[in-house]
Amino acid sequence: MADKRMTPAQVVARLQDGMTLGIGGWATRRKPMALVRELLRSPLKDLTLVAYGGPEVGMLCAAGKVKRVIFGFVSLDVQPFDNHFRNARQAGQVAASEMDEGMVQWGLRAAAMRLPFLPTRVGLGTDVLKLNPWLGTVRSPFADGEELVAVPALKLDAALLHVSESDEKGNCTIQSPDPFFDDLFARAAKEVFISCERVVPTAKLINVQTARLQPFERSLVTGVVELPFGAHPTASAPFHGIDVQHLADYNAAATPEGWADYRTRYVDLPDHDSYIRACGGYGRLAGLSLPVF
Amino acid sequence: MTAAAPDYTLAELCIVACAEAWRNDGEILATGIGLVPRLAAGLAKLTFNQDLMMTDAESVLVAEPVPVGPRGNYQVKVEGWMPYLRTFDLLWHGRRHALVGPVQVDRYGQMNISAVGDHAKPKASLLGVRGFPGNTLNHPNSLFIPNHGPRVFVADEVDVVCSIGYNPARWPGGVKPADLDLRLCVTDLAVLDFGGPDHAMRVVSLHPGVMLEQVQAATGFPLHVEGTLPVTPAPTAEQLEIIRTRLDPHSLRATVFKGNPGGVRQAA
Repeated sequence: MADKRMTPAQVVARLQDGMTLGIGGWATRRKPMALVRELLRSPLKDLTLVAYGGPEVGMLCAAGKVKRVIFGFVSLDVQPFDNHFRNARQAGQVAASEMDEGMVQWGLRAAAMRLPFLPTRVGLGTDVLKLNPWLGTVRSPFADGEELVAVPALKLDAALLHVSESDEKGNCTIQSPDPFFDDLFARAAKEVFISCERVVPTAKLINVQTARLQPFERSLVTGVVELPFGAHPTASAPFHGIDVQHLADYNAAATPEGWADYRTRYVDLPDHDSYIRACGGYGRLAGLSLPVF
Repeated sequence: MTAAAPDYTLAELCIVACAEAWRNDGEILATGIGLVPRLAAGLAKLTFNQDLMMTDAESVLVAEPVPVGPRGNYQVKVEGWMPYLRTFDLLWHGRRHALVGPVQVDRYGQMNISAVGDHAKPKASLLGVRGFPGNTLNHPNSLFIPNHGPRVFVADEVDVVCSIGYNPARWPGGVKPADLDLRLCVTDLAVLDFGGPDHAMRVVSLHPGVMLEQVQAATGFPLHVEGTLPVTPAPTAEQLEIIRTRLDPHSLRATVFKGNPGGVRQAA
């Protein structure tokens, strides 16, 4: 049976310029940030991102990696806007394919089911269709004859996800209260790379009672990367909460000098351990409280 | 009848006015985006509509509204699960009423939270359209505007039409979508709705001490007015007690308006 464990560098080595990457999680929860930092250190460019956007979108934009973002929002939750993403948008530096949040999961679902599109009413009567000429409309073949929006399949070259635990084969669990749409990202992608808090033996990972915590089956998983606190500064419940202070510092660093300084302190480091130490160490991160809204 | 309490703030007046949005909704999901709408949903549930469902703003349904701010020993009273997937399922099914805070609103009730200026290179990039397109096609929506002025209530269409409104030119096939239903609009000056001719915005009541001329001057399009306007009802003692002790014990609502003004405007 395949051992799918990889290093972050081995994951990024499988990616190419111009790829469409799906990034799991939601805003400031369960973002695969350690894998994103590896992307930031790589020469990759011209990426298209599909995301329920959090700090990963702003960071990748600030590093000049992004050509286009397909999104419903980009937010740091505690602070509504990511200033790095705002800068990129306001400079016209990235193409903004902005849709309803529900349309994003609908496009992923179409790709997951290998359909060309899925129909919905959502988007009708708004600027979403005008801003996204790549969306279509379709007429119901039934008596109602209703005109609907066709959300094209959002096919991903790769998906990057941060889950709770996994075995070495890619049987994984998401133990946080909301699995979000990581299952659809996984099924919409040609290759799926998961980071996790820890790799554990299958028998310790899952049993009949906890099997429903598994978001998707291992046959979808290409690589497993053990990265405790790999979602930091976003939350990975029940292991740790959001690093509100870190996100505030990141958001305040939305100038060329600020970003250069942030990179030096938190991105251009030799390994994940160095990052954890730069952020105050494992003890501090373990003490980050879970989000309260 | 409960006697009106003598002292209340503008924030408390707005919370009470917003709560009215859910009075006759029955057993649906009440979603209040932002502090005042969220407190208003809690107030509605604890007073005149106990059937309302609401969440902890994270992932579970709660049997009673969760107080805002630090919770101390308070334990969330979980009654169900509401991850985002189910939220989309629910809202596309229609049994929800959201109270939202757009950045711009036009005469058709079309709202913008995406960007100010040209979308390709905006003057200000905001949140993104979020769930506005789907919400407005599928279930009732109400609005809370804490800064009633012509930059919010714009003269032309909003810069990015994020939500469907009462603009026939944008309706599919020219026909009003069946579930399009904009309800209340509570601002720092007045309560409005979309009950004028062809769903024009109509003034329902003026906040204490506010003149109609003030409201019209702060709005970039003509408002519909019928007869003599009542004053927005003051919070009752019971409502204030619930807001102050149960829903917002740390008085986060004092930060909604600069200087936390009283609910009764003094004549200039």
